[in-house]
Order: sequence, then C-alpha cells, then structure tokens
Amino acid sequence: MLNKKQMDLKDKLLSSFLVFENQLESDDYLNNLRNDAIKIFEEKGFPSKKEEAWKYTSLNSILKEDYTVFPKQENALQFNDVKKYFIHDIDAYKIVFIDGKYSSYLSETTHDGMDICLMSAAMAKPKYRLVIENYFNKAATKDSLPSLNTAFSTEGAFIHIPKNKLVPKPIQIIHFSTGNEAALMLQPRNLIVVDENSHCQIIERHQSLTGNPVLTNSVTEIFTNKRAIVDYYKIQNDNLNASLLDNTFIKQKQESVASVHTFAFGGKLVRNNLNFYQQGERIDSTLKGVTIIGDKQHIDHNTLVHHIEPNCESHQDYKGIFGDGATGVFNGKIIVNKEAQKTNAFQANNNILISDKATINTKPQLEIFADDVKCSHGCTIGQLDESAMFYMRSRGIPEKEAKALLMYAFSNNVMSSVKIPEVKQRITKIIANKLGVNLGFDL
Amino acid sequence: MSKYTEDDLREELKTKEYEYGFYTDIASDTLPAGLNEDIVRAISLKKGEPEWMTDWRLEAFRAWEKMTEPEWANVKYKKPDFQAISYYSAPNSKPKYDSLDEVDPELLDTFNKLGISLDEQKKLAGVAMDVVVDSVSVATTFKKTLSEKGIIFCSISEAIKEHPELVKKYIGTVVPKKDNFYAALNSAVFSDGSFCYIPKGVKCPMELSTYFRINQAGTGQFERTLVIADEGSYVSYLEGCTAPSRDENQLHAAVVELIALDDAEIKYSTVQNWFPGDSKGKGGVYNFVTKRGLCEKNAKISWTQVETGSAITWKYPSCVLKGDNSVGEFYSIAVTNNFQQADTGTKMVHLGKNTKSTIISKGISAGKSQNSYRGLVKISPNADNARNFSQCDSLLMGNECGAHTFPYIEAKNKSAKIEHEATTSKIGEDQIFYCNQRGIDTEKAIALIVNGFSKDVLNKLPMEFAVEAQKLLEISLEGSVG
Repeated sequence: MLNKKQMDLKDKLLSSFLVFENQLESDDYLNNLRNDAIKIFEEKGFPSKKEEAWKYTSLNSILKEDYTVFPKQENALQFNDVKKYFIHDIDAYKIVFIDGKYSSYLSETTHDGMDICLMSAAMAKPKYRLVIENYFNKAATKDSLPSLNTAFSTEGAFIHIPKNKLVPKPIQIIHFSTGNEAALMLQPRNLIVVDENSHCQIIERHQSLTGNPVLTNSVTEIFTNKRAIVDYYKIQNDNLNASLLDNTFIKQKQESVASVHTFAFGGKLVRNNLNFYQQGERIDSTLKGVTIIGDKQHIDHNTLVHHIEPNCESHQDYKGIFGDGATGVFNGKIIVNKEAQKTNAFQANNNILISDKATINTKPQLEIFADDVKCSHGCTIGQLDESAMFYMRSRGIPEKEAKALLMYAFSNNVMSSVKIPEVKQRITKIIANKLGVNLGFDL
Repeated sequence: MSKYTEDDLREELKTKEYEYGFYTDIASDTLPAGLNEDIVRAISLKKGEPEWMTDWRLEAFRAWEKMTEPEWANVKYKKPDFQAISYYSAPNSKPKYDSLDEVDPELLDTFNKLGISLDEQKKLAGVAMDVVVDSVSVATTFKKTLSEKGIIFCSISEAIKEHPELVKKYIGTVVPKKDNFYAALNSAVFSDGSFCYIPKGVKCPMELSTYFRINQAGTGQFERTLVIADEGSYVSYLEGCTAPSRDENQLHAAVVELIALDDAEIKYSTVQNWFPGDSKGKGGVYNFVTKRGLCEKNAKISWTQVETGSAITWKYPSCVLKGDNSVGEFYSIAVTNNFQQADTGTKMVHLGKNTKSTIISKGISAGKSQNSYRGLVKISPNADNARNFSQCDSLLMGNECGAHTFPYIEAKNKSAKIEHEATTSKIGEDQIFYCNQRGIDTEKAIALIVNGFSKDVLNKLPMEFAVEAQKLLEISLEGSVG
C-alpha cells in the first residue's frame, strides 16, 4: 500500500505537469518525450521497497514533505558566501544553478570551440538540435525516476566537446538551494557528449544552504565516443535535510575510458544509480566511491556495468564507513553478455561498521553469459585492525587520530585514482572534518 | 564398493542418456488428481493420523490457498498446475518385511538398477537405509542396532503414530507451515519422509541414509524430513535421489527440518540427481525444496550438497544460528547442463553471539543452462563477534550458459566480520594443454579439472557419497565439451 502522503506528491507532480505543459514552447520532439515520460511515471509511481532494486531503501521518509515543484523567485548569492563549496583554488569552467535556475553571475561558460553551457539553451536553439535529437534521453532508462526527470527536464548542464579537444580546465557543475521555499524539489538534467579523442573532467556538487528539506532527482547522461576520456567526480556532502536521487547513465563507445568517483559524506538519503553501458570493444570503465556517514543517514549505491562487447574492462571499488544509526547499501550488478568474451570485470566493496546501530546491506551481483571472462567480486564487512591501532597508540598517537589514520588508509585505494590534486585535497579535508580530527598535515 | 576407475567412467559415458530412466510397474494406490480440503483429509486418513495432525495439515492448506507462487528466482518454467497433480501414491503391497526376501522382487530389481544393493550396503557399507519408493517406507534396515542406542530412525508417518510427542513438539518449528508457498503445500499434503531422533549425548554409530525416488507418473513427491539431535549428540545424515525419466514435469516440494540442540552436531549430505530433462530441455523434475536447520548453543549444522539433476532447482539449505557459539556450514556443488536451471544457495542467519558460518559454493554451468547462486548472510544486532566467510566460484563451459551470483549481505552489528568473494572463469586453455601434453585427452582433462575445482566440497562428503558424487559430476557434464 502506498501511503497517503506519497500519493500526494505523485498527484502533485502529475497535476503540476499539466500546468508545466502549457507553459512550454511548442516543440513537438521534446514535448512528446516529456509526455511519454510522464505516462511512465504515472504508471509506475515512486519506487517502493517491494521492487528488488529498492529492497533496502525506502523513499517514504522523504516523499512526505510538501515540495514546491516550481520555485517562484530568482535568487542571488554572493560568491564569497558560497566560495567554500567550489574547488576555488583552480581555474575551472563553472555552471551554477540556484534553486534550479541558472546563475550567470556565478558561472563561467564557453562556446569557444566547445559548448559548455545550459540545457535550456541547448533545447531552444536550432544549432544544438542535432545533438539533442541524437543524444537526449538516449541513455536514460524508462524507470520511474529518470522518467519523472525527463518529463520536467528544462535546465541543467549541457556539455558538448567536439573531436580531438582537450578541455583545458575542469568543469564544475554546482546546484545550490537557498531555502527560500519551505521544501523544494529539483530535477536537474545534464547532458554530456564527448566526441572522438577528446578529454574532459567534471566535478558535480549539490548543496543546500539552509536546513529546509530539498529533494533532488537528478539525471545525467554521458556519452563517450571513440577513444574519449571522461573523468567525473561527484562530491556529496550536503546537509542532513537534503536528499538526492541521482541517476547517471554512461554510454561508452570503443576504446573510451570513463571513470566516476562518488564521494558520499552527506545528505539525509542519497541514492546513486550509476549505470555503464559498454557499446564497443576495448572499453575501460571505473566506478569508485568512498562513503563515510553517521547520524541517521542513508546512502545507497546502486551500480550497473553492462558488458555488451568483447575485450572490455570494468573496475569497481566502493569503501564505506558507517557510524551512529547510519545505513549503507551497496548493490552492484555486472552483466556480461554472451558476445562479451574476454571481459575483465572486477568489483570490490569493503565496509567498516563503527557503531552498533549502523547497518550495511550489500549485494554484489554477477550475471554472466560468456565463458571466456574473468569476473570477480569481493565484499567484506569488518572492523579496524586492533593490532594496527595498538601499534599507533603505543607510539603516542591518540585514539581518535589513530582511528582516523586507519580509516583514511582504508579509503586510500579510491583516493589514489583521483586525477585532480585539488579535488583530492578537498576530499581529504572533508574526510578529516567528518572524522573530527586535525592531523596537522594534509593526508 | 569396488574401486571406480576412469575406464569405468568411459564405459558409463557411452550410455549417456539418463541411465536411471526406467519405470517400475508396481500397482500403486493413488488418489485422484487435484487438491482441496477433502484430499488433505483423505491423505491424513489414509495414513491413519491423529486429529492434531489432520488439523495441522488443514491449517497449512488454508494458508497455502492464500499464497501465490514466488517469482523472484532466476528461473523460467511453465508453472505446474497444482490441480492436475495426484497428491498421494503408495506402493500397494506394504506389509512390513522381516527380511529383504519378502520384498516385491520388482522393487528389488529397481534398487539393483540404481546400484543400491541393500544386502551389500547392509554388510559392506554399514549404512542403515530407509528406502522411500513413492513416498512410503518399504524397508528399514539396521533399525535394531540403532534402537539399542535409543536412536529413533523411521518414516515420519510411523513417528507421528509412535512418537507423537516429539513430532508435535518439533514439526514446523524451523520451517513454519506458512513459511513459503512450497513449504505450505508440503505441510498440507506431505505423504511421507524420514524422522530421526538422536538422544542426549549419543553419537550415531553409522551414517543414516535415505534414498528418494519419484516413481508413479504424474505423482508429485512431497517428502518431509525431521532430524532432531538432542543435547551433545552427533548424526550424519545422507540423502540421495534418482528419478526415472518422464515427459511431463514432475513436482518435488520437500521440506527438511534440522534441529540441533545444545552442543549437538548434524551433518546433512545430499546427492541430488533427479531427472534433468533430455538434451532438448523436455521433461525433468521441478525441485522446490525448503531446507532449514536451527542451531542452539554450541551446536553445529553442516549442509553438503551435490546438485546435478532437476530441470529446475530452487533450493536454499539454511542455518538459523540461534544459540551462542553455534556454527553453520554450507558446501555445495551445483552442475547444470543442457537446459537445466538452478537457483540455489543458502541463508545464514546469525542471531547468537560468537556464531560462525562458512559458505563454499561451486557452480558449474554447461550447455544452455543457467546456474545462480543466491545467498543471504544476516547479522542481527545482538550477534556480537559473528563471523562469516563465503566463497562462490563459477565455472562456465561454452558461451550459451550463464552463471549468476546474488549474494545478499546484511550486517547490523559492528563486531561482525564478513568476507565474501566470488569468481567466474572458464577452464584455462593452458590447463587443458598441460594435460594434453602429458597424454590425457581433453575429455578426461576436463573431468580432472572439474574435480579439482569441486574438491573443497567433495572432501566434505562422507566416503560412500564422495565416490558417487564424483561419478555423477562427470556423467552430468558429458557431451558439454565441444
């Protein structure tokens, strides 16, 4: 049984769509997509625990808020107030949204040889039409959350890197919510197309600036064409009233390399649906994550790597540390098609529980239809090594710091593959902060 | 048992159709097909059961009526029509024999074809057998030796009559009658099965063994096994199955309940070789089994299984580690060939402190088969210092089969230590080459490698079974190598 409030949000979204539909430009192509998508959402509703993929995550607690779907006011922020949320010590392109609206003041976009701009612009202007028709909504699945996003999609980041380009600096996509609405629902939509031989690095962050509840249902579609390289970092360190449902779909063509690092430290409920589809040979995919949470936080990593063609590789490594009443979920799925011979798929999920009230549910799943493959997964749940603790304590390192060192070492495998030094430093600081220590040096 | 050589295997492989596919013509006493309260009552009446048992069955039946078939398993099949099955069949002439000579000669012939020579087993192997042909115990051997020790080993219907207090106390305590669809069905219509009680402090001197067979066409077999090991006792129980070939799918929905009281140990081994369907995927047995054991303080339950048969297998022998310091083990080899589908694994539920569990699962898929491991390791908040180690390896032969792993791990205690690892691979060409180079042909090399792959589990089987299991592995994979 769906509870009443949940019905309410669904109904509200459905009726909001009718209003939204009338305001839209007449654009048959997109409007048809939106209409089909809302029908799927109407039929499926929000996912419930009865669905296998949502067995360990219930959305009930976040769906009961009375969210505003279309924020009315435009809001401005001073750069100095929010500077700390940027990786400000490096030069970067910035695409910044405040309460779902683009902030040109805080942003730095470009059309110089490549397009790093807005989804709304890409949807409206004819020169982007071809890209939109070729890529928009071509990777997202027909599940209820991505469909809901598709129906309401108007704004987000649009990045199109043409052939043979090395994007000179990282791109930061930041979503702020100001708390002007009592409760806000955001549905950003990002489209990233990286053509042959090009390379780009992207950092994404969602940040709520007040304690008002925010629900973000985000969809990011990434297409890496032949030999393209994409490096994507998700920094999730939001406050405890913000929830994030992230849906990321990556379609890779031959010899491309894509990696997604997810650093999950914040938020009330975070669900990361991360899906890789390998549509070519000799593709390399990397999915890594560090999760350190406490309080009553709930973080769910749901990954899929679909090996469709031969000679591809995938590497997954998720580390989690769970304190207080936190709940961690890891559901990793690797599918190897019959044709995908010589696949090399690796998956590891290591967890540490540091509180009796914390829970970890993990389900590393393999579905393999090809025989000449190397697939392995490993999963552990354990504690900090007592002898290592003793070693450090006996050398005068206080308990808290010793613990922090061990936990940092635990997540080091993931940290070591971060390619932007400033991002690594920032994450280390967040980790030190999260563990409540100051080690006097940059870890 | 004589020594089994590679040449014997070669000889056997020549007859690669299911060798146990014959049908014994014994006039059976069969109820009409269909299932309703009257049928349940009739079964209970036929077996001369007391009223509490009839009520228990009816309660299960009413619960079953409200249930729907589970669909989460990674198997595809045509759902059996539960109204088209006859729920009871028993060999007609069933006086209790004093010696084997009195047994229906045709029945003895059946056993001989299966390679179970009762006399031989009796003398050489020292195995007490409770042979079940179509649900009713026909012969029980070594009963006397056992009864001297106070061990009760008989059919469950006999136990209901003669030891109602034990049955009443324990039946349905581990697998409640409403546990799941098939367990409820079994609770309502179970025809027979084995009952075993080991008194306090007794170490059962021999391996207890039951052979199951499905015989009558269109008869589902609903076995119910209840093994109780009282404080400080030990028992090793063997179960093996073969079934004759049938075109329509046969349903097998057994329930096995193990209860290990304080300091007791139960070792339960299964070799399952139900008819898997022919090479085109036609026919075969549906095997939907609920097996679960309960461990009290310091108790240990060990499941060992070799699964080579059945068109569909749906089986999760589980351990509920209720008492402190209890231990659960699961060792499994599942082989699927042709169109077989197996969704099998285990559940380890850690409730007590310092509980330990080990899971070793080896899946081998060949032909067009699908082999899934589905396991749950659950650490409850009170299970301090719980420890689990799981390993599931899959071996794939050919590119039309599939191997799947669905491990669920749920930990709610910070002192838990859980390790899980899984690998999927094929037989290395270098390994085959190595063997070929030394004059071992490919077929034999594969048998050798598969045996090595399964060694961890085969080692856990009692001697009598290990030989048979190895043989079965090789027969099952025959023809899967291109």
